[in-house]
Amino acid sequence: MNPLRIRTPEGVEFSLPIAGPLSRALAYLVDFTLVIAGNIVLVTLLSTLALISADLSQALIQLGVFLLPILYGVLSEWLWNGQTVGKRMFQLRVVDAEGLKLRFGQLLLRNLLRAVDFLPLFYLVGGVTTLLNRRSQRLGDIAAGTVVIRVPKLSAPNLDSLLGGRFNSLRALPHLAARLRQRIPAPEAAIALQALVRRDDLDPDARISLFADLANHFRAQVHFPPEIAETLTDEQYVRNVVDLLYRPTPGRPLSDPQPARDPKTPAHPLPT
Amino acid sequence: MILDLDRFLRTERPYWEELERLLDQLDSQARLDLAGARRLHALYERASADLAKLSTFAAEPESRRHLEALVGRAYAEIHQTSDRSTRFQPLHWFWVTFPTTFRRHFLAFVIAVSVSTLGGVFGAIATIADPDSRHVTMPFGHADMRPSARVRMDESGQSRAGVQAVHASFSSQLMTHNTRVSILTLSLGMTWGIGTLIVLFINGVGVGAIAADYILDGQATFLAGWILPHGSIELPAIFIAGQGGLLLANTLLGRRSNLPLATRLRRIAPDLATLIGGVALLLVYAGIIEAFLSQYHAPVLPYSVKITFGLVELGLLILFLGFAGRSSNSSNPPDPIP
Repeated sequence: MNPLRIRTPEGVEFSLPIAGPLSRALAYLVDFTLVIAGNIVLVTLLSTLALISADLSQALIQLGVFLLPILYGVLSEWLWNGQTVGKRMFQLRVVDAEGLKLRFGQLLLRNLLRAVDFLPLFYLVGGVTTLLNRRSQRLGDIAAGTVVIRVPKLSAPNLDSLLGGRFNSLRALPHLAARLRQRIPAPEAAIALQALVRRDDLDPDARISLFADLANHFRAQVHFPPEIAETLTDEQYVRNVVDLLYRPTPGRPLSDPQPARDPKTPAHPLPT
Repeated sequence: MILDLDRFLRTERPYWEELERLLDQLDSQARLDLAGARRLHALYERASADLAKLSTFAAEPESRRHLEALVGRAYAEIHQTSDRSTRFQPLHWFWVTFPTTFRRHFLAFVIAVSVSTLGGVFGAIATIADPDSRHVTMPFGHADMRPSARVRMDESGQSRAGVQAVHASFSSQLMTHNTRVSILTLSLGMTWGIGTLIVLFINGVGVGAIAADYILDGQATFLAGWILPHGSIELPAIFIAGQGGLLLANTLLGRRSNLPLATRLRRIAPDLATLIGGVALLLVYAGIIEAFLSQYHAPVLPYSVKITFGLVELGLLILFLGFAGRSSNSSNPPDPIP
């Protein structure tokens, strides 16, 4: 699915991954269940008012059952910056389609327009629109100018656990290591890194085949002496290459904690 | 060239963490002083530069996604045009924003009224030409009873006891039902207005058929006394919902505008929210009046009183929508710059 691409006036482009229909449907199911549960609690509580006035109790139940789903959607997305409980669970967030901050009117509109997305039943119109739209927007999202994105996990890669603490025989030949860094373009390095990150998810055969291809490719770029290059397995060879590319000088481990400081005071002055 | 990711992350991560902390503070509605705002801007620029560097020289997806999310949040915070910290002022919204928004899109309101009137004429003609059509055109069980029979029952007080016992719940039932219809009427603007026009027309057919039925049966005074107290607010509210739907449709169609669809919708979204908010308020009022006043008939409440009350309401509504907020400075706010 195409990500939402936004180019800032500073000339920097960033992209936000669009949420797929399935994760949105699951998040909605969670929210729907919560609203039903909320309605049951509300009806139970308000029914006790029938001891005072059955009419008043009935009136408040009708209003409560009508308002709860609308208020739940609008207020939770407003107060939690585009998230409901379901969206939090599935790491989704409603954002403005131009990357700006959400306005209350947008949230009100996208939630009210569920009325038409729900037609004729079971979210059929909204579901079909989501599948057809390149940004997976339902009609309410289109009208309100909003998009539901996946919230990326905010974590830096743990290269240290992936690469650190192991002897890298390729470092013994710094001139060849430097040539390797010069010849391998960034996208190829990223592919090798991702192969290492995801190696445990691969089938055994696919893993052997993938690392063989990568190792052969890197061996062809720079010829290390056979006594070094051929004593390593393909996977070890790729790991050592990635280590050279991303950590030209093995220094402090990435996972080193930053020194404690007062969170209110900036630790690093910025040049003005 | 490949970035020394190890050193790069070690150097830059403290700035990203500081930016994230500032953004978290802003999310919790905190305000920044001038120094804080400058710091935020500097950190945003640094993070943007880091993102550009990372995209060009490292292509390492995990760090890039991390940074993209951060730059995205900071971008939204810095470039947002509307002042989110401005407190919502309900009175200003009601007395100024709502009526000025209504007037700004008056043509759409006229079309909504016209289509409903057309439906009303159609319903009336259907009732006159084919009395059996009542079973199709009249909602809420009106087809099951002749108007004169209903008037006799209501004036004798037979139905009053039942209504008195359920004032509040009847009122809330009316509010929720009418608000649902209004939301649907506005939402169907997304069908390029076709759905909105159909709902307005069908609504008009029902009202027209019932009105013709009562008039033909010689119950015009009862009809006016029954409908006017709540109808003088409820019907315009439905028309305003239709106005919103047609406004949405016009925005989708993009007549006389070269702006992209997303920009047009962005400009119109606050107006739609205002219109539907105003409709909800009007319908709450109409629901209360319908449950607590409209169901009382002569001799308990003379028709002249009810009709006068309804006409006064209608006059006040016209004055409100036509003139409220005219003297305010913000009566003609410029279009927001997206």
